[in-house]
Amino acid sequence: MTDEPVLEVRELRKEYRVRTSRAEAVPAAGSALLGHAVTRRERAGVLVAVDDVSFSVSPGQSLAVVGESGSGKTTVARMVVGLERPTSGTIMVSGRERSWRHVSSRERRRRAREVQIVFQDPYSSLDPRMSVRASLDESLRLHFDWTRERRDERVAELLDQVGLDRRQANSLPKALSGGQRQRVAIARALASEPRVLICDEAVASLDVSIQAQILNLLSDIRDATGVSYLFISHDLAVVRQVSDAVLVMRRGRVIEAGPTASVLSEPSDAYTKQLLAAIPRPGWKPTLSGS
Amino acid sequence: MATLEAPLVATPAPRPRRRPDWVVLSTGTVIALLVLMAVFAPLLAPDNPDYANILATNQGPSAAHLLGTDSFGRDLLSRLIYGVRLSLLGPALIILIATLVGTVLAILSAWYGGWFDRVVSRVADILFAFPGLIFAMLAVAMFGPGLVAPVVALSISYTPYLMRVIRAEALRQRNLPYVAACYVGGLSVRTICTRHILRNVMPLLVVQAALSFGYALVDLAAVSYLGLGVQPPTPEWGVMVSTGQSAILAGHPQESLLAGLMIVITVVAFNLLGDRLASRQKGTVRA
Ligand SMILES: Nc1ncnc2c1ncn2[C@@H]1O[C@H](COP(=O)(O)OP(=O)(O)OP(=O)(O)O)[C@@H](O)[C@H]1O
Ligand SMILES: [Mg+2]
Repeated sequence: MTDEPVLEVRELRKEYRVRTSRAEAVPAAGSALLGHAVTRRERAGVLVAVDDVSFSVSPGQSLAVVGESGSGKTTVARMVVGLERPTSGTIMVSGRERSWRHVSSRERRRRAREVQIVFQDPYSSLDPRMSVRASLDESLRLHFDWTRERRDERVAELLDQVGLDRRQANSLPKALSGGQRQRVAIARALASEPRVLICDEAVASLDVSIQAQILNLLSDIRDATGVSYLFISHDLAVVRQVSDAVLVMRRGRVIEAGPTASVLSEPSDAYTKQLLAAIPRPGWKPTLSGS
Repeated sequence: MATLEAPLVATPAPRPRRRPDWVVLSTGTVIALLVLMAVFAPLLAPDNPDYANILATNQGPSAAHLLGTDSFGRDLLSRLIYGVRLSLLGPALIILIATLVGTVLAILSAWYGGWFDRVVSRVADILFAFPGLIFAMLAVAMFGPGLVAPVVALSISYTPYLMRVIRAEALRQRNLPYVAACYVGGLSVRTICTRHILRNVMPLLVVQAALSFGYALVDLAAVSYLGLGVQPPTPEWGVMVSTGQSAILAGHPQESLLAGLMIVITVVAFNLLGDRLASRQKGTVRA
């Protein structure tokens, strides 16, 4: 029974209605890298952002979802946390299906204790008018019936856990660096003690040394709490570091899945090979013209 | 040794002192004084504003009447001081009602979107096309002159403007990831809208309220001037501008002039304050 997946997604699909034929004009920065346009317009006016995606995450496991920009990674995450309604398919968390009909706020509160998310942009994912302590305390008050002292203790504990100085508890986000803000976002997500933490490009906007710190932090947190990760990234170097299994997405579909080591060392799909080829390897040096 | 140790002693860093903002300070002072004048009018006014002395009409400044008297021989200073009350109460009510209703509609529209948002926006568009003054005149025609009819009419005509400005900002906030994080965190919609979205819209709301206050005051004074609002002999600046007119030709412009001056000072104070707060908000990095 312990191996029952905490998160199981089956045949998930998301269609967006789009106006006119501009659906083809979506490819963003990332796809230029691979040198082809993303055309996913199946029917006129409908864009299939996620198409028949299935996967499962066991307790304590870390599953990475990789793929170029626009491949549907964020859309999957948003559907799992209930920010977006799937067109079809099922999402099971702790063996319970998440329905989209009449989600009461009580039910939403319960779901908040199952899955949490950390977004990419640390600058806009914290309320600019709320101190670190107030953010964390808000969540604790909502989810637990604790005294003030107990909550204060827990805030301190969470700050320690994400490597923030307790003196920063009273800071507003604007007084914190990007890396520190992302730590606050992680602490806030952990406050409700979720079983699954989704990180949507959570380190993509940080510089490399800070990225490494946050990745280490996430792996420490997993050891300490047994939380599972759904780790969304377009950076295979990052994925190699944090995940047990990988799911490669392209144009809304899963094109390859398996244990991280085998997918990254012997990719069976040409697209995965292309993605891998795009990672700068240790021996790689940027060539500067003229010097 | 001592010289070596000295620099190691941690001196508390001088707190970065904000330079005083003279515009905010001075306009704030003017507004505060006006409010105090309204509250303490009976203590401040040297005379009964309604006491007419037929033997001392249209007098210039004197020891007995610091600003002179009007065409009924009433003390102008006292009338100006008592006049603050209604002159500020009217616009204050308008702005209060319009921001309250406008903010609630704006945040609900931004949150729920869909048909609710479309209906609210269309109604706002229609009302917006209607000049407030004409609206007020219609209301007076229907309900009679006084303070209530023009205040209600102008509240209705100020609501769409405030609603639109606040909705745009509320929508921007609603689409920021921190609101998504609140939602995923399990907070109720009401908590997200009040504790998070409203709080972040608040600075804009204050600026817009201050700016609109000046306009509302002018509109209401115009209604009074036209004889459709508060009626003479009630001391109110718009009314005073109007009743003082007849004396202008006789060479006694002080009533209209002083009442007009009070209107200008008040409106300029509110507008400068609003503008300054607005530019300060733009100056600070929104993060
Ligand atoms: N609200 C929406 N309306 C219409 N189309 C959308 C919407 N949200 C996403 N899409 C489209 O769905 C596709 C998948 O987007 P998604 O954000 O999931 O990609 P992603 O893999 O997260 O990309 P990135 O790496 O750039 O974050 C894109 O083509 C995008 O334009
Ligand atoms: Mg994304």
